[in-house]
Amino acid sequence: MTTTATGGPASLFPRLEPLLPRVSKPIQYVGGELNSVMKDWDSVEVRWCLSYPDAYEVGLPNQGIAILYEVLNEQDWILAERTYAVWPDLEALMREHGVPQFTLDSHRPVGEFDVFGLSFATELGYTNMLTEIDLAGVPIYAKDRREHDPIVMAGGHAAFNPEPIADFIDAAVLGDGEEIALTISQVIREWKSAGRPGGRDGLLLRLAAGGGVYVPKFYDVDYLPDGRIHRVAPNRAGVPFRVSKHTLMDLDNWPYPKNPLVPLAETVHERYAVEIFRGCTRGCRFCQAGMITRPVRERSIDVIGEMVQRGIEATGLEEVGLLSLSSSDHSEIAEITRQLADRYEGSNVSLSLPSTRVDAFNVDLANELSRNGRRSGLTFAPEGGTERMRKVINKMVSEDDLIRTVATAYSQGWRQVKLYFMCGLPTETDEDVVAIADVAKRVIATGREASGRRDIRCTVSIGGFVPKPHTPFQWAAQCDHETVDSRLGKLRDAVRSDRHYARAIGFRYHDGKPSIIEGLLSRGDRRVGTIIEAVWRDGGRFDGWSEHFSYERWVSCAERGLEGTGVDLDWYTTREREYAEVLPWDHLDAGLDREWLWEDWQDAIDEVEVEDCRWTPCFECGVCPELDTTIQIGPTGRKLLPLTPVAVRGG
Amino acid sequence: MAQISPTQPEQHPPPVQWLRVKYAKRGRARFTSHRDFGRAFERALRRAAVPMAYSSGFSPHPRISYANAAPTGAASEAEYLEIGLAAVCDPDRVREALDAALPLGLDVVEVRVAAPGAWADELTGSRWQVDVPHVPAAVLHDAVNAFLAKDAVPVRRMTKNGMREFDARAAVIALEAEDARLIMTLAHQVPLVRPDDVLAGLRETAPAFAPIDPPILTRLIQGKLRPEAGEITEPGR
Repeated sequence: MTTTATGGPASLFPRLEPLLPRVSKPIQYVGGELNSVMKDWDSVEVRWCLSYPDAYEVGLPNQGIAILYEVLNEQDWILAERTYAVWPDLEALMREHGVPQFTLDSHRPVGEFDVFGLSFATELGYTNMLTEIDLAGVPIYAKDRREHDPIVMAGGHAAFNPEPIADFIDAAVLGDGEEIALTISQVIREWKSAGRPGGRDGLLLRLAAGGGVYVPKFYDVDYLPDGRIHRVAPNRAGVPFRVSKHTLMDLDNWPYPKNPLVPLAETVHERYAVEIFRGCTRGCRFCQAGMITRPVRERSIDVIGEMVQRGIEATGLEEVGLLSLSSSDHSEIAEITRQLADRYEGSNVSLSLPSTRVDAFNVDLANELSRNGRRSGLTFAPEGGTERMRKVINKMVSEDDLIRTVATAYSQGWRQVKLYFMCGLPTETDEDVVAIADVAKRVIATGREASGRRDIRCTVSIGGFVPKPHTPFQWAAQCDHETVDSRLGKLRDAVRSDRHYARAIGFRYHDGKPSIIEGLLSRGDRRVGTIIEAVWRDGGRFDGWSEHFSYERWVSCAERGLEGTGVDLDWYTTREREYAEVLPWDHLDAGLDREWLWEDWQDAIDEVEVEDCRWTPCFECGVCPELDTTIQIGPTGRKLLPLTPVAVRGG
Repeated sequence: MAQISPTQPEQHPPPVQWLRVKYAKRGRARFTSHRDFGRAFERALRRAAVPMAYSSGFSPHPRISYANAAPTGAASEAEYLEIGLAAVCDPDRVREALDAALPLGLDVVEVRVAAPGAWADELTGSRWQVDVPHVPAAVLHDAVNAFLAKDAVPVRRMTKNGMREFDARAAVIALEAEDARLIMTLAHQVPLVRPDDVLAGLRETAPAFAPIDPPILTRLIQGKLRPEAGEITEPGR
């Protein structure tokens, strides 16, 4: 690894360094992580600055940024560096001393790059995006940007409805980033070498023309007198009516990240993560990820095996996570876990399988992965407290399934079961939520019987439901925070009132207010941008952190920002939409057939379930024909590669 | 495959060899906290495939014994730790492999087979270099003279247990001013007097001493202190 950046703008580090002793956790700003890349500025043609707009400790482990960082840097004509949101203590010092937003890799000014790409897993990063753009010395409005400013580009799941940030970004990309990031780079390369014809807009037109990059300013939005959207249409020739998502069709050919960055600072996930498949067709109606990442594409067992070993060697990490939206659904998951457990038996490598379904089979998998270790906790997500509720959300788990599963877990030495539920789901009543207490008590009673012990525990964790674009619930009324809080209060009382169980059941939840703001930002349109800007100008930062989030600030900024529009915060959140209403993201194509989504929404209200198309006939969600993709699943029947460990011994 | 009962953790044998590692925190790596360093070091041990001995228990830890870590933000040429191994290794090869596996700025200077004996007896003093940019030479000399002329210089520092007041003078064995730089030899005492406590003491005794830029601290040497001579002998020498 080179130690200093060469070529291009001078490193900002000498100006940053005197500020660092005055801020908390300065290590997060110094870069130099294992596997970080520094390239000569002048040796490349296209330069990306990638950001996950949250604190370093959250942003560094982000899988999307890690993948793009490697994919881009593998090309000798592209350079990619990273930047994260700085905490308010450093932001104040940077403003005082005129130090602009910097990258961590070579401490270069973000404003000097060709592309500033931000990945949004959640909409609560929007205010941090404005801080980063502003600290970079770049105008926050796309229309005010100058020829030399970077193209500000949004990606990640929130980019499937980028309308609330449409005024701040130059472009958005939907779906898997690996291939499109290289295509965009190629377009920029050609545009630059042709002498930048048409300037900034010339480049944006080239990007938009292919239908793979959304450029909000090339589309006009008209509103009806009642505030609903009348029409979204391109405002110039050569721009398609609809923009499509990108789908990577061969995960085995894209085994990234291979050499993930290993931070010195502490981060939220200290593990090497391997995606074992992408997409999910379980069809849970609340789950945006499951809807927008279709179809299912598995990575083969042998490629997974190779990635795990290489990743451990490249990072020195001890924990390996086998990630996906529903990990136990991989067609060869039993072989993968058994063979990995065999391979690493007796070592200190630990394997984890997050996101598993409620199924006794998953206890077997967890047993394999915990062969050497302690059986501490297992997590399941029934999501709804009653059978009725689970039919509405299409989470096909019966209470008996759940009880059988936990009985198996407790009898095999597991001491704690964590259960995830949601509150505020469509059609939900107080009884649906209070029923969660009965489930938890039955879990404890079963567990005590199965294990013969009293010291077992069950933790109930509750999240507020937020309706998301491109899901069957995109039309649903979001539950107001007063109702959510009242139901959670009743549930808490129901858990606590029974002294036989109260101490064995843990209860974790948040109040319902942040969900309302997340709902505003998720299903908002371009008029919401004013609110985001007002909140940010008023000091709003790090909205995903409860100690920084201010509901009151968002509410008062929404009142002022929406004055005269005829719509308000409730209109965006707790209002149910009609079939005919033009939704802000209707011109953005996730491959899902709008008719199918609507029928699935009606089925939800009627409590009708839908099967998984991996093992039943296609139910025509639209993704495969629309995007010319197919489900890719095994089994392949292949094996992990045998490995011989090497050690430093010597004479 | 052996089925381990979940109530009975695996027992690990004791280390067969202890190695003493001298390492440096240089450049940007000076901003690593002690915890940051610990995680990075454990990963480096794994990447370098050093055959570590592990503690017994439900979550076994590699056998590492730390001593006197320099504070976050301070650079150091002389930090020490010991590692317990499950197999006898060549210290030079461990040094090379570990140095290659550690991130930039964290450098393994030397690895030796550890001599028997407790750390506490061997690491009784440190010499520090403290850069104080833009402080005029006269101001620096006056502050040093005023500080050394005192018998005691009470200073206050926020600790985990709240604000504490202690004497910063007695631990100072030697203090010299150079060009915008201080060289200080400190005895390790309880409570530990750190170079920034001495700087606070200098500000206390000479208000003209008020560096604008944050001082940069570097530990130059650490070992057995002979207070009369003001000399420090590195451990194992």
